[in-house]
Amino acid sequence: MTLEFTLSGARDALRARRISSRELTEAHLATIAELEPELHAFITVTPEQALAQADAADAAIGRGEGGPLAGLPVAIKDLFCTKGVKTTAASRILEPFVPPYESTVTANMLRDGAVFLGKTNLDEFAMGSSTTTSAFGPTINPWQRRGSNTQLVPGGSSGGSAAAVAAGMALASTGTDTGGSIRQPASFCGIVGMKPTYGRCSRWGVVAFASSLDQPGPFARTVEDAAILLGSMAGHDPKDSTSVNRPVPDYAAACRRGVKGLRIGIPREYRADGTPAEIEALWNQGIAWLRDAGAEIVDVSLPHTKYGLATYYIVAPAEASSNLARYDGVRFGLRVPANDLTDLYEETRAAGFGAEVRRRILIGTYVLSAGYYDAYYLKAQKVRALILRDFTDAFERVDALLTPTAPSAAFGLGEKSDDPVQMYLNDVFTVPASMAGVPGISVPAGLDTDGLPLGLQVLGRHFDEETVFAVGAALEAAAGFSARPGIRMEAGR
Amino acid sequence: MSGYVIEGATGPWELVIGLEVHAQVVSKAKLFSGASAEYGAEPNSQVSFVDAAFPGMLPVINGECVAQAVRTGLGLNAEINLVSRFDRKNYFYADLPAGYQISQFAHPIVGKGVIEIELEGGAIRPIGVTRLHLEQDAGKSMHDQHPALSFIDLNRAGVALMEIVSEPDMRTPEEAGAYLRKLRTIMRYLGTCDGNMEEGSMRADVNVSVRRAGEPFRTRCEIKNVNSVRFVMQAIEAEARRQVEIWEAGGEVQQETRLYDPGRGETRSMRSKEDAHDYRYFPDPDLLPLVIEQAWVDELAAGLPELPDAKKARFMSQYGLPAYDAGVLVMEQATADFYEAVARGRDGKIAANWMLGDFFAGLNRMGRGIADSPVSAERLGGLLDLLADATINGRIAKEVMEAMMETGEEAAAIVEARGLRQVTDTGAIDGAVDQVLAANPDKLAEYKGGKDKLFGFFVGQVMKAMGGKGNPALVNEALKRKL
Repeated sequence: MTLEFTLSGARDALRARRISSRELTEAHLATIAELEPELHAFITVTPEQALAQADAADAAIGRGEGGPLAGLPVAIKDLFCTKGVKTTAASRILEPFVPPYESTVTANMLRDGAVFLGKTNLDEFAMGSSTTTSAFGPTINPWQRRGSNTQLVPGGSSGGSAAAVAAGMALASTGTDTGGSIRQPASFCGIVGMKPTYGRCSRWGVVAFASSLDQPGPFARTVEDAAILLGSMAGHDPKDSTSVNRPVPDYAAACRRGVKGLRIGIPREYRADGTPAEIEALWNQGIAWLRDAGAEIVDVSLPHTKYGLATYYIVAPAEASSNLARYDGVRFGLRVPANDLTDLYEETRAAGFGAEVRRRILIGTYVLSAGYYDAYYLKAQKVRALILRDFTDAFERVDALLTPTAPSAAFGLGEKSDDPVQMYLNDVFTVPASMAGVPGISVPAGLDTDGLPLGLQVLGRHFDEETVFAVGAALEAAAGFSARPGIRMEAGR
Repeated sequence: MSGYVIEGATGPWELVIGLEVHAQVVSKAKLFSGASAEYGAEPNSQVSFVDAAFPGMLPVINGECVAQAVRTGLGLNAEINLVSRFDRKNYFYADLPAGYQISQFAHPIVGKGVIEIELEGGAIRPIGVTRLHLEQDAGKSMHDQHPALSFIDLNRAGVALMEIVSEPDMRTPEEAGAYLRKLRTIMRYLGTCDGNMEEGSMRADVNVSVRRAGEPFRTRCEIKNVNSVRFVMQAIEAEARRQVEIWEAGGEVQQETRLYDPGRGETRSMRSKEDAHDYRYFPDPDLLPLVIEQAWVDELAAGLPELPDAKKARFMSQYGLPAYDAGVLVMEQATADFYEAVARGRDGKIAANWMLGDFFAGLNRMGRGIADSPVSAERLGGLLDLLADATINGRIAKEVMEAMMETGEEAAAIVEARGLRQVTDTGAIDGAVDQVLAANPDKLAEYKGGKDKLFGFFVGQVMKAMGGKGNPALVNEALKRKL
C-alpha cells in the first residue's frame, strides 16, 4: 500500500499521523531489498542512516515541527556528495571516496527533513543515456515490453534514480541533467523528471561532468511531487558562482494554475525524420490536450536545432576533459602505485575510467587542442549562442514549448552500446534546452505498442519553472497516465 | 640608445629584454577559496577542499584580490578592464590539484600601462606594461624529503598572483633591474604585494634575445623563476652572451625555456619548444565573467596613497631637494614617511642631508633599517633642532648622532650629560684665541707675512682648545679681530 503513495500523499499521511516515517521508510527499504537484485538501481543503500533520519523526523512531526520533506524517503543520485556516505559517480576511480561534506542540494533536503535511502546508479560520471556505463553494472528498467522478458535500459544518466522511483523503491529522487539525463530516463521509466533553469539549483558538491550544462533536478511520480522536491532543492548558493540569487516560488501552487490563455509553441524542427509514428502521434495528442485545456497552439521555429547534438558533443566533452583531470591518484579516490608521476597518472586513470569516460576525455582534449580549438570549441560556442537565441526569440511569441522527450521508448540492454553515435542520438530532443539553459520537464503521456511509457517534454523561459509545471500538470491531468511497470505490481503482493 | 652592447667577435650586439613578474597579492584569503594565504605555516595546514580540488568543489572569486589587482593597475597608469574573464590553463602536475590553473588568458583585468625607470645619471625611461592578470598559484613539490617519494604542500595552492607582463622595451641588465625595483616599490606603496623575492612572493620570468642594431627581434629564450634582482641582471648577461656565441658560430638560437644557475653563472635548458605544453585554454565554466563598475574603480583610485613618482616630484618642489636625494628617499614608503616626519617644520634640505648621510651610514653600520632604527624620526628632528638653534655645532652634532644610535637617547639629554653645549661666551672664546696665538708665535708671524691660508689652522687650534664646542661663527669673528 505504501508503494502507491505519492510524495504529497505520504506527506499528508505523515502529518495526519496515519503513518510514521519509520513505517514508510521500512516499507521502502523492504521494496529495495526485494527488487534491487533484479534492477540494481542503487550503488549504496543506507538503511541505518535512513531509519535514524526517519525516527528523527517522526519525533519532529510529533512536536508539530518538521520541514516540507519531513520523514519522506527519497533516493540520491550517486553524483551528489553526501557527508560520510561514499560517493562514486559510478566510477572505479572514486570507488573508495567518502566525502567529508554534503552537497548544497542534499543539505537543503536534509534541512527540510528528508530521509535518504541510498545512492542511486548512473552512467559513469553521468556520461551516457542508458546507465550501462556504470562501473558497478547497469540498472535495469522496471518496465518490460508486453510479452517479452528482454531487459531494457532505464535511460540515463540518472537511470538508477528514475528506476527507483518507477519501481516504488523511493517516493522521489534527485538527478542531474547535462544533456537530458533527467528528462530521458523519466520518459523511459514512465515518471516525471524536471531539469530546472541552469543556475536554479546549486552545483556545489555535485561531481562535475560539464559545468556549463550540469543542473540538478527532481524525479517523482507526479508533477506536483516534482514541484515539491524542487522547492526544497532550489535556492541561491554563494558557494556556486553560477547559482542565481532569486526567490524560490511556490512551484506546487503553480501546478494548479492551468493553461488557459497560455501560448504553447510547437517547434517544427523537432518533427525529425525517423521519429517513430507513435511518438509523433503522442505529440499530436499532447497538442490536442493542451488546446482543449484552453491553450493557444503556435507553430514556431528553432532553426539551429539540427546543430544541437553536434555542438553538445563538443562542449560537454571539452569541459569534462578538464573537470576530470583532478582524478589523478594524488589526493583521493583510486591510486595505482607506480614508479613515477607520469606512470601514476596513466595507470590510475587507465584503471579508474571506463571506456565511455575515456572516449569523452579524448574528444574533449582534442577539441581544445592548439590548432583545433577554433574549428571545434570556439565554433561550438558560437552555435550555442545561436541556439540560445532561437529559444529567446521563440519565447517572445510563446510561453512554453511542447516536444517529445526522446526519439524512442526504452531500448534493450546492449542494443545501442556498440555505436556511440546511436547512443548520443537519444539526446536529440533534450540537448538544445540544455545548451540554452532553459527549464524542461518530461511527463509520462502514454504507452507505445509494446506497452512502454513515452514522455512529452515541456520547455519554458529561463527561471519560469512555474509555467513549465503548470503545462506539465495539465498534460498529466489530460493523459491520466496510470500504467505501472509489471515488476512493481508484483512487488509487495 | 643606451649604448650598452655585447661586443662579439663579429661586432656589437644589442639586447632585447622583457619581464613577466609573478607578484603574490597581499590578501587574507586565497583567490577562489576562503583558506588563509599566510606564508610559512605548517605544510598542508591552509588548504580548503576547493584548493585540493575535491569532487564538486567550486571557485568563488575573492573581491579583495580583485581590488588589489585594480589598485596595482592604477598604480601602473594602466587601463582597467571593466569586463575580464577567467580561463583554465590545463596541465598535469602533482602540485596542481585540479589539473588546471585558473588564470586570465584572453581577457585580463588590466591592460596597457607604463612604468618609468630612472637610470644612472638621472635619465628617465618609460617601460611599457603589456597587461596584468590575476591567476592562482600552484602548490609546492618537495623532492628531497624521501628517497623515492615526492611530498606535496598545498598551502600555496590557490593563492592569488598578479602576472605583470612588460613590453620587450629593456635593453640592458641595469634597465631590467631598475624596472623590477620600481615595480616592487610601487606595489609596496600600494600594499598589493610585499615584493619579498626571497620568500617567493615576487618572481620573474625573463625573456632575452640579442640582435644587431636596427634589426627586427630575433628568437628569444625565457629564463624561468629568477628570484632576486641581482640574479635577473646576471642571468640576462649570461644568456645574452650564450646567444651571441651561438649566432656568431653560425648557429641559430632555439626558442626554449631555461633556468639560471647562479652558482655557475649560466643558464641551462629546461624544456624546448617541442616539449612545450598545449595548455588547452578555455573559459572556466565555473566562473562568470568578472564585471566591475567604473564607480568602484574610481573609489579605489581615490583611496590610493601618493605614489613614488608623485612623491619625488613633491619632495623636490616642497623641500627643494635634488632629484637624486628625492629619489632615494621615496624608494621605500617607510623611508619617505620617516623623512617627512623629520622635515616637517624644519629645513628640508638639512633634514635630507642628515638622513642620507650620517643617519643611513649609522643604520648600515648596525645592519638595521628604518623599521628597527634605534633613533626615531622625532629624536632625529630633535637633534636638528639643537643644531638649528645653535645649541650645538655641526661637528658635535655628528658625535651626538653616534651616541643616539648607540643609546637611543634624546639628543638634548646627551648634550646635557656630556656637556656638549656650544660655547657662545665671547670672553671664553677670546681667552682661547689669545692662548692659541701665544702658543704659536712662528705661525702668527707667517700669517702676518701674508700666508692667509693659516687662518684655518688657527680656527682648528681654537676649536681643539675648546673641546670642539666653540661656536664656529664666533670663533671666526674673534680670530679675525685679533689677527
